[in-house]
Amino acid sequence: MTAVPNDAAIVRERIESPTGQSLRRFLADRFSAAAMGIVLLFVLLAVFAPFIAPHDPYETDLFRRLQPPAWMEGGEWSFVLGCDGLGRDILSRIIYGARVSITIGLAVVMIATVIGIVLGLAAGYLRGWVDIVISRIVDILLGFPYLIFAIALMAMMGPGLKNIILALVLKEWVVPARVVRGEVLAAREMEYVEAARAVGAPRRYIMFREILPNILSPVIVVSTIRMAHVIILEASLSFLGIGVQPPTASWGSMVADGRAFVLDAWWVSTFPGLAILALVLSINVASQGLRDAFDPKFSD
Amino acid sequence: MTHQEPPPLLDVRNLEKVYHLNDGLLQRVMREPPRVLRAVDYVSFSVQPGETLGLIGESGCGKSTLARTVLRLHEPTSGSIVFDGKDITRIPLAEMTALRRRMQIIFQDPYASLNPRKSVEQIVGLPLALHGVAKRGELRDRVVAMLENVGLKSGHLGRYPHQFSGGQRQRIGIARALILNPSFVVCDEPVSALDVSVQAQIIALLGTLKRELGLTYLFISHDIGVIGHVSDRVAVMYLGDIVEIGPTRALLNAPSHPYTKALLSAVPQIDAGSRRERVKLTGDLPSPLAPPSGCKFHTRCPFAMDVCRREAPVLRKNGRDALAACHLLEIEHAA
Repeated sequence: MTAVPNDAAIVRERIESPTGQSLRRFLADRFSAAAMGIVLLFVLLAVFAPFIAPHDPYETDLFRRLQPPAWMEGGEWSFVLGCDGLGRDILSRIIYGARVSITIGLAVVMIATVIGIVLGLAAGYLRGWVDIVISRIVDILLGFPYLIFAIALMAMMGPGLKNIILALVLKEWVVPARVVRGEVLAAREMEYVEAARAVGAPRRYIMFREILPNILSPVIVVSTIRMAHVIILEASLSFLGIGVQPPTASWGSMVADGRAFVLDAWWVSTFPGLAILALVLSINVASQGLRDAFDPKFSD
Repeated sequence: MTHQEPPPLLDVRNLEKVYHLNDGLLQRVMREPPRVLRAVDYVSFSVQPGETLGLIGESGCGKSTLARTVLRLHEPTSGSIVFDGKDITRIPLAEMTALRRRMQIIFQDPYASLNPRKSVEQIVGLPLALHGVAKRGELRDRVVAMLENVGLKSGHLGRYPHQFSGGQRQRIGIARALILNPSFVVCDEPVSALDVSVQAQIIALLGTLKRELGLTYLFISHDIGVIGHVSDRVAVMYLGDIVEIGPTRALLNAPSHPYTKALLSAVPQIDAGSRRERVKLTGDLPSPLAPPSGCKFHTRCPFAMDVCRREAPVLRKNGRDALAACHLLEIEHAA
C-alpha cells in the first residue's frame, strides 16, 4: 500500500477550538508553564503525602528537639530540613501541610467560582431586581476586610477544616460574581445571543451554553489568582491559631510554632514560610501566563 | 378593481416601541423627567405571502428595532402584530417560542451573530435540537443537507466560525435561520457587512432560497441598489415613521415624499443625460430623543411649509400606487 494521504491529520489540525488554541499558547510560554509545573508538583506532594514523606509528621521525639537541617552541625540527612520544637520532621510536616493548603485553596476557589458564576450570570443576564439584590450583597461584602470577616466567622463557628472553607467561601464568591456579571453585561449585547433567542432558546440555555463558554477565560484566570490569596488567608488564620487545629500540619501554624525560637532555630518557621512563598509565587506566575494565553486580544 | 388580495402573512398595525432612558434610581429620586425614545412610532404595514418587502432608511431610523419588535425579540409597547391570522402581540413566551419555527431572522454582522465557541454543526443544529424536530441520528443529516443548500460542505461541520470568511459565515447564519423551514424571514441588512462581490452572491442565494422554499422576506437595508433589486414593495423609514410605502418600481421611479427623493438623489447616476430633479438634504438627522414637531422631516425638508411644523401628515395615496405621508400631496390632491 502506498501511503494513505493523511487528510484526516490535516483537517484535525485546522479544526481547533478557541480553547485549544489558548491552551497551546499557554504551554508555549516556558516560564509560566514551569510555574504551573511547580504548582502541579505541590498537588502531587499533597495527594501522595503518605508515600513521599520520609517520616510520620506527628511522631514526636524529644531527643531531636530543634535538630538543625542536615547541612548544619548536628544535622542528619534523614531529617533534611531539621526538626521542630517537638522533634517532628519538618520536611514531612511541610509535605503533609501541602494537603491543607491545596485542599482549602482548591475547595474554596472552586465552590466560590461555581456560586459566583451562577449569581453573576443571573445578575448580569436577568437584570432587574435580581441584579439589584445580588449587586447590593456583593457591595456589602466588599466593605468588610477579608481577614476580619473570616476571623469573626471562625470565632462564631469554631475552628476546623470545613469551617475555614465555609468562612472563606462566604466572602470569596463575591470576586467571581463581579467578574462574571461584568462580562455578561458585555456578552448579552452580542448578536449571537439575540440569534439564540430568535431560534427559541430558553434563558437558561442562553446563560449557560451561549454566554458562559465565552466568558469563562477571564473567570478561570481570576480564580487562579484568587487561589493564591486563599492559601495565604488560610495560612494567616492557622498562624493566628483559629484555622486548622494542631496537631494537623498546616504551613501557617508551623510558622507560628517556630516564632518562639526564631533566633535560635530559624529553620522551624523559615521552611514552611518558604513553602508558602513558592506555592503562591508559582500560582501567580502561572495565572499571569494563563491570562496572556486567554486574553481576547490574541484570540481570533 | 375586483382583484381580491389574499390575507397578509404579516399584518402590523400602529406598532409602537418606546425605550425609557435614565429611569434609574437616582433619576427617580431626583424626579428628573423620564426621557423617552420612541424608536418605532405607530407604524403600520403588511407583508403578503411570497412577497419581499424592502425596508430602507438611514442608520438609527428604527429599521432594526421595528423588525426585532415584529419578531418579539423586543417587546412591543403598543399596537398589534398579526402573523398568519394570529395576533402574537401579547401571547406568552412559550407560545412565541413555538412560533419561532415559522419566523426567523438573518443578522447583519456575520462575525457577531455566530457564537465563536460553537462549531458549525452546533450552530446550525441548535434550532432543530431546541424544537425537537429531528431525532439524534438524523440531526446531522439535516444539518448537512441545509449546509449544502446554502453552498457549504459537510466537511465544514466541525469547524468554528473564525475559520470562515465573511461570506461563508453569512451562509452559516442563513442555514441557521432556514433549517426550521420558516415561512417568514427578516433579513436585517444581511449583506451590508460584506464585500461587494460577496454581496451579489449572498443576494443571489437569498433569491434562490426564496423561490425554492417559498419564503416571505422583510428585507432591511440602507442600500437602495440592493433594495431595488430584491424587493417587490419598499417602505421608507424616517425617525421611526414609515414616510412612504409602495411597489418598488413606482416608488423608485417616481418617489413622492421629499425624503425618498433625497435618498434617491444621493445615488450616483451613471447616465448623465437623464438627470433627475435633485433634492439635497441639509442638516443632520435630529435626535430621536427630541423629534421635531409636526412632520419629523420638516427640519431638513427643502419644501417645508408652516403646516409641516404643526401637524404630522398621515400616509395617503399619492395617485401612483404608493402611500406617502406628506402635506405637499394633500395640497396637490386638493388642487
